[in-house]
Amino acid sequence: MTTTKTETPKLTGTENIKIPYYPGCTLKTTAKNFENSAVAAARALGIELLEIPRWNCCGTVFSLTDDDLIHHVASVRNFIRVQEMNDYGLVKNENRLVTLCAMCFNTLKSTNLRVKNNAEDLKKINDLMYREENYGGKVEVLHFLELLKSLGFEKIRDRVKKPLKGLKIAPYYGCMILRPQEIGIDDPEDPTIQRDLLLSLGADSVDTPYKRVCCGSYQTVKEKNIVAELAYDILSHARKEGAEAMATVCPLCAFNLDHRQKEVKASHSDFEEIPVFYVTQLMAIAFALENECYGFDQNYVDPRPLLASKSLIK
Amino acid sequence: MIKKVEITPENDKFLNKVNELSGQVVTLCEQCGTCSGGCPLVAEMDITPSQWMRLVQLGLKEVLDYKAVWVCASCFTCTVRCPRKIDVSKVAEALRQIILRKAIDYIDLKAIPKEELACLPQIALVSACRKFTG
Repeated sequence: MTTTKTETPKLTGTENIKIPYYPGCTLKTTAKNFENSAVAAARALGIELLEIPRWNCCGTVFSLTDDDLIHHVASVRNFIRVQEMNDYGLVKNENRLVTLCAMCFNTLKSTNLRVKNNAEDLKKINDLMYREENYGGKVEVLHFLELLKSLGFEKIRDRVKKPLKGLKIAPYYGCMILRPQEIGIDDPEDPTIQRDLLLSLGADSVDTPYKRVCCGSYQTVKEKNIVAELAYDILSHARKEGAEAMATVCPLCAFNLDHRQKEVKASHSDFEEIPVFYVTQLMAIAFALENECYGFDQNYVDPRPLLASKSLIK
Repeated sequence: MIKKVEITPENDKFLNKVNELSGQVVTLCEQCGTCSGGCPLVAEMDITPSQWMRLVQLGLKEVLDYKAVWVCASCFTCTVRCPRKIDVSKVAEALRQIILRKAIDYIDLKAIPKEELACLPQIALVSACRKFTG
């Protein structure tokens, strides 16, 4: 299960990569702990996540009807901002756009694919935004996990100062970084990318088949009890497999699995609370970064007692 | 129970509308049930995904009276598993859009309790608005 150690040279701190970064709305509010920990962890790896100037909402969900072009405009506008970052010299020949939020990732990548494959659609959208420069279709939408993978998990292992020894984490992927297949960053049925990251941090990765089962997504607004039932299945299976905490990269999954534990407890007396981390919070701990970037006060189930029991925090 | 269905031009029109909106050929569905078997939300639905596919194939507008497509969370599990490569999520979206484009909302935003609004992440609220309001 562990990746073999290769002869990769260690990071010197001089090879700084500057890369356009799209935060999205939720990373600035309820998932500020996700952004802070990711930006700090990236910096520790020599990657500067440069926030796109004047970014706007991506639309949150990719419009699935064929005749609906107007809802793709918002995403495309963000791609134009990436082009401008290159034009103004904020980045050098860097067409990659990195996202942390899984929903933004899915929406942006799906839109990008649609306009790259349909010249007519792209022209219509470009013509509509007559005050903007045209989008040339060069941007590549990446999820932060993909960026880490391209860097190499060995490099991440080399940066670890406080291995998460004995911490049993069940990675949860949800939907938006896995499906549909042409958008997903990993095997939609048996993803491993978070497992590889967790192993490089020194944690134990606990596998459950629920790792790619939907948490109910936006149904949490209207049908929170449906979401609580799904969360119960996902979390109690992880517990049964020996997990002490969950890891995710989606702020909506995090809300449904973490905050909805209040509803889960109300309907299932046997349920035992389980902390839900953003995987980047675990990176920040393993890299021994400043406490300020952890943001555990935003987690619903406080993970600090668990971390303290493993001597990972004081 | 045997139900006699007469396929009229009106039924064809409805089927074609769903095909056009979804970009899918719904008649390719062979009713294997893989979508229903893997759907994480099927237990909460009044008809299964394969049932709504069948109703659309027959051009039966009564498919719009069921709650199922509103329970769908667009998780794309059916999409990646369909052996006929039909994007069932897109068919669900087309059915929702047929209602929403008549300016009929599925959610009453004013009914969301204040304490919920205070804690829900924006992505939840914006996506619910995108999926449930016209």
